[in-house]
Amino acid sequence: MLTYPFKLVTIIAEPVLEPRITQELRKLGASGFTVVEGRGQASRALHAAEIQGINVRIETIVPPDVADRIVEHVAKSYFADYEVIAYLSDVQVVRGEKYTTTPKRPAP
Amino acid sequence: MFDILKANLLSPIPLAFALGIFARLVKSEFSLPKDIYSALSIYLLFALGIKGGVELSHATFEAIVAPAGVTLLLGCITPITAFAVMRYVGRFNASDSAGAAAHYGSVSAVTFIAAQQFMQRVGAPAEGFMPTLLTLLESPGIHIALFIGAVQRNKALAAAGGEAAAHDSLKAVLHEVLTGRTMILLVGGLVVGCSMGESGWKSVSPFFDSGFKGALTLFLLEMGVVAGDRLGDLKKVGPFLFGFGVLMPLVHGTLGVTLGTWAGLSAGGAAVLGAMAASASYIAAPPAVRLTLPDANPTDSLTAALAITFPFNILAGIPIYYNLAQRFAV
Repeated sequence: MLTYPFKLVTIIAEPVLEPRITQELRKLGASGFTVVEGRGQASRALHAAEIQGINVRIETIVPPDVADRIVEHVAKSYFADYEVIAYLSDVQVVRGEKYTTTPKRPAP
Repeated sequence: MFDILKANLLSPIPLAFALGIFARLVKSEFSLPKDIYSALSIYLLFALGIKGGVELSHATFEAIVAPAGVTLLLGCITPITAFAVMRYVGRFNASDSAGAAAHYGSVSAVTFIAAQQFMQRVGAPAEGFMPTLLTLLESPGIHIALFIGAVQRNKALAAAGGEAAAHDSLKAVLHEVLTGRTMILLVGGLVVGCSMGESGWKSVSPFFDSGFKGALTLFLLEMGVVAGDRLGDLKKVGPFLFGFGVLMPLVHGTLGVTLGTWAGLSAGGAAVLGAMAASASYIAAPPAVRLTLPDANPTDSLTAALAITFPFNILAGIPIYYNLAQRFAV
């Protein structure tokens, strides 16, 4: 079957950041995303919630240029003060057009 | 005084709370499922709102205006005193001080409910409109503290050559606090209760009244577990925050009791107002601070609010404020 190369961006973050980051993903050109809640602890182990240890994993499949923009944006906005990691992996998808959108506005 | 303290310790709320802490100390895997914890808090807040609304429908404007005024005043004073103590006595940086001020300027609804139950038990029930005062005290504290913090942070960012970025998030926080779980359920409950009046209350009270104390006891059991989880962090916070977590509620509690008595509240009512002022928020404040003042250490304020001030108020603070209120009333 014919497949197309795309990037899977994975961001693991404190739950307070979920609404912000998912909104920004859309603006940066992601056509969709998935959020999963889970347990875990990071190097800084800071918890800003009365229930400890909950993180969110936000995933989105995007073209390589969008992936770079997202990672750069996350690094610039959140790495200094928040518990966030972001990484890229290569994926092959079946319907290439599904993961491509024109950004609604230029990247901030 | 000693008798009241002892009687308080042997009542369901502190006992359940202590059991929760004990479960964590012996490393038990027990904890309430997260969804039940949230369902219980929804039940408690909404029941509190409805009941308060029904009582509010009986209250006259004259009876409530002075207490409401001093409550707003308290809401403006407590974040400023907490900020000043953190910044100038504890020598914390502006963000950490403002973060702690947001926690200590706001209210813990559970502490409020525990105080209300305590007053009923000792035969000095607080005024029925107290839940209305709770909603008045909830948000000014967070906003004043975050505003101080955001102004200072913007100044620092501008000095460092960056752009002042904290303004937008302050607006988002205003929205978040005003539309958060506590505000929707409490304010919504007050409106529902006030509109439906006594006859409506009769039809829902089997669910919202009969189960209330039991649900509260179960909730406090989980609060014990949650506070117990934080005990390990106590080592990190240092002696200053430890003292802050005990002395700040005593100062705010005394202020609340004084202003409450002055506004004409009964001894029970003044003591509940004192407990409200003394309490520190650990639900609304932490995410608000995290988003507005990302460089503030979230562990310190939350640990002080949850593992020091909350247990202190539940176990000893509430009887102390009641004792004070009785003295002031004479």
